[in-house]
Amino acid sequence: MVKKSVHEINKKIEDGSVNVVTAEEMVGIVENLGVEGAAKEVDVVTTGTFGAMCSSGLMLNLGHSEPPIKIQKAWFNNVEAYSGLAAVDAYLGAAQISETRGIQYGGAHVIEDLLRGKEINVHATSYGTDCYPRKVLDTRITLDDLNEAVLINPRNAYQKYNAATNSSKRILNTYMGELLPNFGNVTYSGAGVLSPLSNDPSYETIGTGTRIFMGGAQGYVIGNGTQHSPSSGFGTLMLKGNLKEMSPEYLRAASFTGYGATLYMGIGIPIPILNEKLAAATAVRDEDINTSVLDYAVGSRDKPVIRQVNYAELRSGSVQIEGKDVPTSSLSSFKNARKIANELKDWVKHGKFFVSMPVERLCSEGSAKPMKQTQAVPLVKDVMSDFFVTIKKDQTVQDAAKKIWENSFNHLAVVSDTGELVGILTAWDISKAVAENIFDSVESIMTKKVLTCAPNEPVDLAARRLDRYGVSAMPVIDTQRKVLGIITSDNISKLLARRY
Amino acid sequence: MKIKICIPTERIHNPIISESIIETGILLNIMVANIDSTYGELIADVKDSRFDKIKNALEARGAIVSILDQPIHRDEEECIECGACISVCPMNVYSFDEDWSLCVDEKKCIQCGMCIKMCPHGALKLGE
Repeated sequence: MVKKSVHEINKKIEDGSVNVVTAEEMVGIVENLGVEGAAKEVDVVTTGTFGAMCSSGLMLNLGHSEPPIKIQKAWFNNVEAYSGLAAVDAYLGAAQISETRGIQYGGAHVIEDLLRGKEINVHATSYGTDCYPRKVLDTRITLDDLNEAVLINPRNAYQKYNAATNSSKRILNTYMGELLPNFGNVTYSGAGVLSPLSNDPSYETIGTGTRIFMGGAQGYVIGNGTQHSPSSGFGTLMLKGNLKEMSPEYLRAASFTGYGATLYMGIGIPIPILNEKLAAATAVRDEDINTSVLDYAVGSRDKPVIRQVNYAELRSGSVQIEGKDVPTSSLSSFKNARKIANELKDWVKHGKFFVSMPVERLCSEGSAKPMKQTQAVPLVKDVMSDFFVTIKKDQTVQDAAKKIWENSFNHLAVVSDTGELVGILTAWDISKAVAENIFDSVESIMTKKVLTCAPNEPVDLAARRLDRYGVSAMPVIDTQRKVLGIITSDNISKLLARRY
Repeated sequence: MKIKICIPTERIHNPIISESIIETGILLNIMVANIDSTYGELIADVKDSRFDKIKNALEARGAIVSILDQPIHRDEEECIECGACISVCPMNVYSFDEDWSLCVDEKKCIQCGMCIKMCPHGALKLGE
């Protein structure tokens, strides 16, 4: 049995005899030497990841102005920061967007600009106190002017992440990038074989206090990340690192079209090989890491799983969905993840970086809870009209006109003989038919591509669809396409009228 | 060569493309077509030697024809080589080599602009 201590490994780092490899190299080493042989041979395995990490931000201290101000609200290049802290502290979130430039420029861009030595406009306001009389402040600062500029990232380095696709008929712009219609592509994130937490899935060496590579500098794990869900293999990390020591090579602002700003962070974590278990864990391959492809066409918290997939399939360039080869796109950079693992390897090899044990282990069980909501979300079935009028598709245009006139109801649901929805007909369609002198069956003049909704959908989603497609009503159908009711813009206005 | 054919609103109801093909006998390989009741834009491949003739036929009917000779430009400083662009490109312009470096085959580009919207780092531009 192999048993090494971090102390012993650090001594080897100090005298230059340490054997350090990347997590990619470790796969082959364990294959050749076996777990025990690899555990004896290898002292440290380095990991790396470089991807979008929205839950990141900069804690900064501006120093005191003359006369002093207790900042209540603050903006950096028109991006608002949170300053409900002591007088001149502020937290600038990476995903906050500019009030003038929108999602093209966000907190992440301010952070990158600071790191690149650019001058940033600061605007701050306050209510004024006896000790802090000043009410408005405008100045320009660079990174050097700040007392502290520390990244405190509440959720970074996801162990793995769900892949995304889109079953709908339109392009979706999401935080997983542009998703093409009809399963046109799959996007994914994560470094697979190099992913830090996937190489230590029982969190034996990665925990509170672990020293890491963060944005090109030394940083620390300060606890589990928010939404840490180890039971399902979706562990996360909360990280801290000094922006002043980082490099723009490993920290990049980004903006996803139609979604917003985010920060690409380069993170690397060394795993000291203390025993066989860690040697085996660091031999994890892309094909061993499974995740789900989710359908982002469903605007709900619980998105349907289209299929299970592993990172080897995702990284192969295409995955099969419904018998079709669908191209994949990575949103994180594997090339940079590898560069980080190699850079960290270099640091360890040359005695510039020492490994550490956590002062406290991360929780290795449990899952993030959904939000507790105290206000019920109205569903389509709560506001829809149960009263609706149907017509068979082979009836005449005159029958249809009669039904509309008799029921004073503007939308007819057209159904097949077995009662399935096949179209919709409005008074407008009938006027058009009359104007064009077409008096065939209902089928020939109805709208065949009908927008529909499900009874258990939130009204908000139905309203968004009515608005997007500029229609005034949608039939509500069950899974067998039987009509249950109809939701109209009238139903929705009445709902709002009740609310206020 | 790849060409762009724009059909302005006032001509959208005329069968411009069909008429031009029938008149000239020149085959157009249409790669992208966005046509609705207000505007039309097509990208097509045509033999270099036949370009002038089809251009004249199309333009005589009110279309605007231009040559797509400025493919996508990648800013290598901004690009982090994530590969987000790979799956949205209809022409397979982008790919990874064995080192996971991003390769751009500009010759295939039809300047549709899909990748520009996809790139999280604003590293892709047209017309430069």
